[in-house]
Amino acid sequence: MIPLTWYLILSAVLFSIGLFAVLARRHAIAILMGVELMLNAVNINLLAFWHYWSQVRGAPQVNGMVFAAMVFVLAAAETAVALALIISAYRRHHTVVVDEMTLLKG
Amino acid sequence: MPFETLIWLLPLPPLLAFFLIMTFAHRRNGLSHGLAIGAVSLSWLGSMVVFGRALQTEHLAEHPWHAVLNWIPTGDAWFQIGVQVDPLTVVTLFFVAWTILMIFIYSVGYHNYGQPRGMQDRPGLPPQGAEVKDTHGHLHRVPSIEPMYARFFALVSLFAFAMYLLVVSDNLLTLYIGWEVMGLCSYLLIGFWYAKESARNAAVKAFLTTRIGDVFMLLGLAALYTLTGSLNYRVILNNPQVLEILASTASPIAGLSWAALIGLLLFAGTVGKSAQFPLHVWLPDAMEGPTPVSAMIHAATMVSAGVYLMIRFFPLLSAGWMPGDPLTPPMAAMAFIGAFTALFAATIGLAQRDIKRVLAYSTISQLGYMIAALGIGAYVAATFHLVTHAFFKALLFLASGSVIHGMEHGVYHTGEHLDAQDMFNMGGLRHKMPLTFWTFLVGGLSLAGFPLITAGFWSKDEILTAAFQSNLPVFITLGVAALLTAFYTMRQLTLVFLGQPRTAAAAQAHESRPVMTLPLAILAVFAVTAGWVGIPAYFPLVGGMLPNWFEIFVGSMLGHVGEGTHAIFTPTPLMISVLASLGGLFLGWWVYQSQHDRVQDVLAKPLGGLYRLWQNKYYLDELYHAVFIRPALWVAEVFTYHWLDRKLIDGILHGVGRLGLMVGHGFRELIDRPLINGAGDALAEGTREVGARLRVLQPGRLQVYLLIALVGILLIGLVLFSIGMV
Repeated sequence: MIPLTWYLILSAVLFSIGLFAVLARRHAIAILMGVELMLNAVNINLLAFWHYWSQVRGAPQVNGMVFAAMVFVLAAAETAVALALIISAYRRHHTVVVDEMTLLKG
Repeated sequence: MPFETLIWLLPLPPLLAFFLIMTFAHRRNGLSHGLAIGAVSLSWLGSMVVFGRALQTEHLAEHPWHAVLNWIPTGDAWFQIGVQVDPLTVVTLFFVAWTILMIFIYSVGYHNYGQPRGMQDRPGLPPQGAEVKDTHGHLHRVPSIEPMYARFFALVSLFAFAMYLLVVSDNLLTLYIGWEVMGLCSYLLIGFWYAKESARNAAVKAFLTTRIGDVFMLLGLAALYTLTGSLNYRVILNNPQVLEILASTASPIAGLSWAALIGLLLFAGTVGKSAQFPLHVWLPDAMEGPTPVSAMIHAATMVSAGVYLMIRFFPLLSAGWMPGDPLTPPMAAMAFIGAFTALFAATIGLAQRDIKRVLAYSTISQLGYMIAALGIGAYVAATFHLVTHAFFKALLFLASGSVIHGMEHGVYHTGEHLDAQDMFNMGGLRHKMPLTFWTFLVGGLSLAGFPLITAGFWSKDEILTAAFQSNLPVFITLGVAALLTAFYTMRQLTLVFLGQPRTAAAAQAHESRPVMTLPLAILAVFAVTAGWVGIPAYFPLVGGMLPNWFEIFVGSMLGHVGEGTHAIFTPTPLMISVLASLGGLFLGWWVYQSQHDRVQDVLAKPLGGLYRLWQNKYYLDELYHAVFIRPALWVAEVFTYHWLDRKLIDGILHGVGRLGLMVGHGFRELIDRPLINGAGDALAEGTREVGARLRVLQPGRLQVYLLIALVGILLIGLVLFSIGMV
């Protein structure tokens, strides 16, 4: 078996890349892609822990898999909603650059 | 109702009349004189009833009629005031009642009741006369009615109340109240024609001069009350123990006994009120008032009040004195000042031009006689002269008023501008005004002491006799004064009535109306007969024919302290008295029957500087002005007003004001603006700054928000890690 740590590091790296994308990209859909990446990274993290925990125990547990499945589903739903929002926002402001949507500026 | 209640009622009608006239009778002339004369008639009637009863009462001096009432609570007792009638009160009431009534009736005519109102007459000025058209259409100027008629009668009524109060009171407090109210009325009545500056000044002068005397008198009252606990005559004067203690205890001043000190202080009040030297200066100026005022206040009643006080307090003044002893200090002071004033005023009187001034100085002189008589211990003689003087002096003043009215009538006729009171403008008036002449003659002869038939002779002779027997310097002074009195009296008679008129106005004078001449006649009767009740028993020829009722009646006041050795008759004083009187009268006629000049007195050149000295009253008014008035004015105007009031007090006030302004300014500029406004502004500015800085945190950009969230998480993680919770 490869050590758990490798999966965690992979998950962390993917999460960071996703975070960077959320924080540094201008295009709204790119940000969405970053969010997806973060969610997938979280999933990997989750599944890694599940695999190793169930292996240690020796008995198969379905908690991890269900949790990961829920995350997938929610990610998909949330992406659909987010895309709908972006399209609606584009129709109003004629732009997808988030820097230009500053209606909530204080 | 007990008889004593009547005594309370004597002063009240005039007081009531005063209030009623003031309230209801303004501008109603008939009502005002009706009320006034009605009131004094009631008081006169009461006084006559008291007099009548007193004549029938034995031992009135030992058991006077009295009534008291509780007035002021003092601790556990009451201060009582009351009335008392003893022989002294009775004789005083007699002359006060008669003279006041006669003067009131006379005033109706003097103020020209029934005459038309003058078109130019103003309240505050004497009436100037009214123009009337007669049947031929000619315009005549006639005397006009006094514009302030009601005010006059109100004030003289108040005065009458005060005099009655003084006479019937049984204690020094109500006496002093009456004294001061009379002083007030004197001020108001001398200044009756208040629009004349000379009248205003004379009123102030009278009030202030008598006030000086009154202050000392009040000190005497205070001392008496403190020492004896009472101001009542019965407690102090009828009580030998009290008098003895007062006479033997030494006061802190000059080794005088308390009796002497109090006597001197009370005498000071008399010096002011009865116009003795040096406080006599107000009385001649007081002639500015209407003549009835001069008669009442300054001849018959008010100035007599001072002498009355001295007579009343004779037991205190002479405490410890018996005839033959050296005089007590108050008596010595009275003898000296009285005699001096008698001579002093007589010399001034014979150089005066104004008919009323001569009478004023004559009053001062005669009051000096009375004071001197008391000073040497001649109690009955002084009282006698008080009574007779009241009658003949009131008569003389009223008659002079009649003369002045006659002259004014002449002035209206001829239209000349001359002083109707200057004797040198008169002359020959005996033909034009016969009744006035005869009554004036009777009064003048009484004043001069014409032997036997006039009242003044009997009283003056008694004084001179007493002086001869006890005090030669006083006798000589009074004798010379008697000579001068007769002289200036005849001078006055000659200048006014005898000879030829010196001006056209005098030639046009005519007699006064009956309402004025009737009182003159009645007073003339008294001026003759009042002396016959006091004929001494030892008098050659007529002595003993009539009992010396006055001596018996008034002498009973003294009890055992007799008056001097009258039982032995010496002809010298009588001869000197007759000689002075007749000689003075003859000299006066002889010198002045040749006075034809209106301007210059025939005596002016021969006497030269002496005449000028007398005419200018020994320059005493000028001396007082320089020594007292000018410094007082300086203190008032420069010291108090300018330095203290305007510079010091106003300076302080202005300074306080400026200080307030400065403090306010300081507060505003140094605290309010920088600190308080500054703080407010700084708060606002600061908030705006902070907001501006904090706005960075809300750019509206999603990614910035996320970054901030990430930073926050990292920081929290760091903190938790460092404290060992991760």
